[in-house]
Amino acid sequence: MLKVKSVLARGAILAGLGAAILAPALTAPAAAQEETIKVGILHSLSGTMAISETTLKDVMMMLIEQQNEKGGLLGKKLEAVVVDPASDWPLFAEKARELITVDKVAAVFGCWTSVSRKSVLPVFEELDSILFYPVQYEGEESSKNVFYTGAAPNQQAIPAVDYLMNEEGVERWVLAGTDYVYPRTTNKILEQYLKDHGVAEDDIMINYTPFGHSDWQTIVSDIKAFGSGGKKTAVVSTINGDANVPFYKELANQGIEATDIPVVAFSVGEEELAGIDTAPLVGHLAAWNYFMSVDTDENADFIDAWHEFIGNEDRVTNDPMEAHYIGFNMWVQAVEKAGTTDPDKVIDAMVGVAVPNLTGGLSSMGANHHITKPVLIGEIQDDGQFSVVWETPGLVLGDEWSDFLPESKPLISDWRAPLSCGNFNTETGKCGGQGS
Amino acid sequence: MLRLILIAFLWLGVSLAPASAQTNPAPADPAGPDLEALVGNLAKGSYSDREKAIAALAATGETAIAPALRALAEGDLYQREADGRIVIGKREGRDYKITDAITGEDLGLAGRREVEKIRVNNSVRRAVDAAIGSLTLRSPRPDVRISAANSIFYTQDPDSLEALEAALAAEENADVRTAMQRARAAAILKSDRPDAAKIEAVHDLASGGRDVLGALSAVAAASDGELKAAAEEAISDVRQKLALWEAGQNVWYGLSLGSVLLLAAIGLAITFGVMGVINMAHGEMVMLGAYTTFVVQETIRNNAPWLFDWSLLIALPLAFLVAGFVGFLIERGVIRFLYGRPLETLLATWGISLILQQAVRTIFGPTNRQVGNPSWMSGAFDLGEMTITYNRLWIIVFAFAVFAVLLLLTKATSFGLRMRAVTQNRQMAAAVGIRTPWIDALTFALGSGIAGIAGVALSQIDNVSPNLGQGYIIDSFMVVVFGGVGNLWGTLVGAMSLGVLNKFLEPYAGAVLGKILVLVFIILFIQKRPRGLFALRGRAVEA
Repeated sequence: MLKVKSVLARGAILAGLGAAILAPALTAPAAAQEETIKVGILHSLSGTMAISETTLKDVMMMLIEQQNEKGGLLGKKLEAVVVDPASDWPLFAEKARELITVDKVAAVFGCWTSVSRKSVLPVFEELDSILFYPVQYEGEESSKNVFYTGAAPNQQAIPAVDYLMNEEGVERWVLAGTDYVYPRTTNKILEQYLKDHGVAEDDIMINYTPFGHSDWQTIVSDIKAFGSGGKKTAVVSTINGDANVPFYKELANQGIEATDIPVVAFSVGEEELAGIDTAPLVGHLAAWNYFMSVDTDENADFIDAWHEFIGNEDRVTNDPMEAHYIGFNMWVQAVEKAGTTDPDKVIDAMVGVAVPNLTGGLSSMGANHHITKPVLIGEIQDDGQFSVVWETPGLVLGDEWSDFLPESKPLISDWRAPLSCGNFNTETGKCGGQGS
Repeated sequence: MLRLILIAFLWLGVSLAPASAQTNPAPADPAGPDLEALVGNLAKGSYSDREKAIAALAATGETAIAPALRALAEGDLYQREADGRIVIGKREGRDYKITDAITGEDLGLAGRREVEKIRVNNSVRRAVDAAIGSLTLRSPRPDVRISAANSIFYTQDPDSLEALEAALAAEENADVRTAMQRARAAAILKSDRPDAAKIEAVHDLASGGRDVLGALSAVAAASDGELKAAAEEAISDVRQKLALWEAGQNVWYGLSLGSVLLLAAIGLAITFGVMGVINMAHGEMVMLGAYTTFVVQETIRNNAPWLFDWSLLIALPLAFLVAGFVGFLIERGVIRFLYGRPLETLLATWGISLILQQAVRTIFGPTNRQVGNPSWMSGAFDLGEMTITYNRLWIIVFAFAVFAVLLLLTKATSFGLRMRAVTQNRQMAAAVGIRTPWIDALTFALGSGIAGIAGVALSQIDNVSPNLGQGYIIDSFMVVVFGGVGNLWGTLVGAMSLGVLNKFLEPYAGAVLGKILVLVFIILFIQKRPRGLFALRGRAVEA
């Protein structure tokens, strides 16, 4: 109600103004302004995260431009509102509030790190708006106002470990990560998963390093020592961002080859590899839901469009970009289905929406606000691309509450009426109950 | 002897094969196995089928298939869709230049859609390694024979044992023999030979280092009785030897980390230590040096690729000039108005650092830039049981060289004399006719230039991104303050001791806690000795 009122009020003021002063000159731009639907883009363009997030801003600009060429949405043009939260977590919340209350955007696409998402979450819930979050994350969260288009642990980490266990016969595991929430939660889930599959405590080594760690000599030689225990060893890496380049350089220099100790990474994509010579890294692995090398027509079109938009043939595409592609198309379809951009109606319309992804399948939005995606395991090639060596036979739905953590095992999320709950406890039958 | 002749004959036949293949469209040798069909199997089925196909190929003993296998491991083996022929493809623009996998016959160009890549994964690569190992044991080149023996050692492939023993009997080169004996012992452990032979193999391996541990532990876990005892004894021998080396390794890592700290901090030792300017933009000077390296390498890549190994040497003077010039501008444009006002200097230089970061981000983009390692900085060599990587070694050498040059510059040149005169007593220096503002600007430029050449070195081990400098600014201040402000020797000792301390803590406390402990240690140390390790005494301190 409030919303309708304020729109009416604004319309009235504008009309009044238009009538009062220079009627023909002012009504034309005012009318044009009324025609657009605003889309918020909340990605850091400066600071440490700019390295990853700038690309996502660009891909959103491209998608919006493409949609406008197709005639916009609901007969209106889309208008991107770009803000720069500068890799500063509290600023994310401020900028999100600004986007929703001042710019009145219909939906926001943004965030990269989990801490930035946690920071804006209360804002989106309070102001009842929509956020599309495109990056793989640790799970253990479900919000009515957030659509998670990146991978949950079961869409990335668990299949990767399965692959190493079954195809490469790995028996010893190094879980190496950067010291923050995503690696810690993912490793907790993986540790439990490995133990459930009969891996002994002694065969798991867990190691955390600070953000931006650049001296990997000791850790790499520890990994080497751990790997000489007579059992096939692999490293599961949740090392984030910039720290990866020196890590891989040290691996290559100390002569650890993928055939001896393979490293499977969850945060290393085409973009990260663009900064290193990959020849010594051939055979190390990454698990994602999309690789630039995937050979489908949709992907070829997407890459061509991206190169044309950015004006540089050397720019790569990566998994979070595909997530935004899927998320944006889902939002467009849901708005068309609902016939309005009103968040409540769009949120209801989102569940069940299905759009083509770039790997040749049809991704759909689940009732838990996570999407279905294929899981691909790729090996690094000497040209900085990945070659897919394994993929799940079908699409996998993101599981927000992991089954491998005792406290989240009984929880499920279903945002459809009548349940409409993000953390329903199947044991107690109550909504909002954290597990035992 | 008969065997040898046979193999020599085969080898001869193979080297002639491509020539005869030109005239004969069906290259299947009626006397030998049907290689074409065997190679054709590589394209079929799952990864494990592919491994079996590789083993079958290796069993033929034909060296002619080695190029095909190598191409397979490198991902260059394709199947032509039209006739299912297995070809080796090299990318040429959007197409592939294809040659027959066995005969090497030139088949012209094929489009991207006309050939299908034969997929490989790590297990397939391992199988190829083992196969090539047993095929190249008789290569005329000793280094190829050693690497063949080593690949058998790593894969412990018992199927290669016969070929290996035959090769060993005929081998005369002592180095190759050692490698082959080691490989034979490792392969025996995986074979079904009697325990007595295995125990002997365990004894052979016990003299080895870390790389034999894997094979030994596997035996210890899978056997019992005498063999198990022998394996366990060998393992404890090896571990004992390793423990000694480990301490040495830690010192080496510490020196290496220390040399990185020294490089990052030594420019600051001049701007902050000698001049007393709290320069928050110091890290960005390092970053500018790294980006200069990137630009130099990019220019070389595009115009003169043969110069690539020299790129760093070319980048060094350029980085010094670029960073030094920017430093000069900063001093003339901003800092000279702020002498004696440390808080304002701090804020102003911090602002400059943000401006420089964003400027680089706008010009070069926010993503990492690739700076390659020249060949003489790649790889590692083993010193006993220590692995010493070339890039770390050169950085240590380089850090000490920079330190020595800087020391010489301040102690033995007229500029150094003036610089010290100005820092010790500005009025007196001015009174004897030294142009103090000019010396200030040059000193600041020198400090910035040194940071620039540190950037060249750091581009070899870290990301080249706009954030590069931020990671080093805290560490640099820590080193300079710990070592003693105003003293180059203090910076050297400070950097090295912090490096070694950090590396001895890391294995016990982990990287995160280790860093915290070092920080706590420095805070306590500064409480006790506020002027650092080597405090300057005299009038300058009070100024």
